[in-house]
Amino acid sequence: MSSPLSAAFLRGCAASLPFVLVIGPFGTLFGVVATSAGMTVFETMAFSVVVIAGAAQFAAVQLMQDGAPLAVVIFTAAAVNLRMAMYSASLAPHLGPAKLWQRALISYLLVDQSYVAAITEFTRHPGRPVAEKVAYFFGTVSLVVPLWYLSTWGGAAFGKAIPSDLALDFAVPIAFLAMIAPVLRTPAHYAAALVSVGGTLALWWMPYSSGLLVASAAAMAVGALVETLMEKRA
Amino acid sequence: MSPDQLPEIIAVKWKLWTMIVALGAATFGLRFSFLGVIGARPLPPMVLRLLRYTPMAVIPGLVAPAVLWPAATGGEPDPVRLAAAVMTVMAGVITRNTLASIGAGVAVLFGLPLLLG
Repeated sequence: MSSPLSAAFLRGCAASLPFVLVIGPFGTLFGVVATSAGMTVFETMAFSVVVIAGAAQFAAVQLMQDGAPLAVVIFTAAAVNLRMAMYSASLAPHLGPAKLWQRALISYLLVDQSYVAAITEFTRHPGRPVAEKVAYFFGTVSLVVPLWYLSTWGGAAFGKAIPSDLALDFAVPIAFLAMIAPVLRTPAHYAAALVSVGGTLALWWMPYSSGLLVASAAAMAVGALVETLMEKRA
Repeated sequence: MSPDQLPEIIAVKWKLWTMIVALGAATFGLRFSFLGVIGARPLPPMVLRLLRYTPMAVIPGLVAPAVLWPAATGGEPDPVRLAAAVMTVMAGVITRNTLASIGAGVAVLFGLPLLLG
């Protein structure tokens, strides 16, 4: 690796450091929650390695515990990951010229943290060579993703030892609320969240937790609409 | 936890593995969509805007029934869980910090029953 590339890789690592603090506890919590829901350590690890998307994984576990059918679990958890398409679109102008295997690997490793770190850097220095941007991106995941695997394993191995009378069922709602609350900033965010909550509760009579999907679609539209209205007024 | 209490999808192995593989494939497909296949063609701003609201649109609705009607209490609203949820949100909004938010929620969830005896 020539030195501009290793420098870019190291800068990517450095940019990901603040996220390391968050990933460890989340991975551990996922390991604990998945095994206490009845998954084996191997199944829990496979889930974290194949999917690498904390929010979707927590969502899937919650829905399985709610007794939702297979298709609803897959669709709803995938819906949580729709934002990944947006990440992919916004990175494409920067990383699109990279080799196919690199883009495939980048896609597998494209998580919230690596996206935020990479797009911030690429927007600041749009003219850097593609090879450096690729190296930077790999730097942003080099700590975060292995830590996600490792902390899932730690939580899964440890989770077996936790007494089942602790109110662990509530770890998932708390983890989700803690992901969402810090990014509740604009009126559009609040509107989307309110429609999501109100809609899901009002549609709870719908079979197989399908009301959540309907309410989510409405909440997306409302969020985007409120943002558009606010922009026009400004 | 005895096997008969397991959620069906976790107990029935082919369903669990179908879920893991399908969710992995769908997630990879979303991540690879533009980087791999569509290329650097710009998306209409409205589409990007809709996609950006997905976490905010899905997650609160996913959590709401578990907060109001927790399965662990047989679906009866539980003051401790409600207080923990409110505290998690308030701490998150005020501190803008996920870990502080979790800490506040967990403190109420496990601390409040001790205080109440």
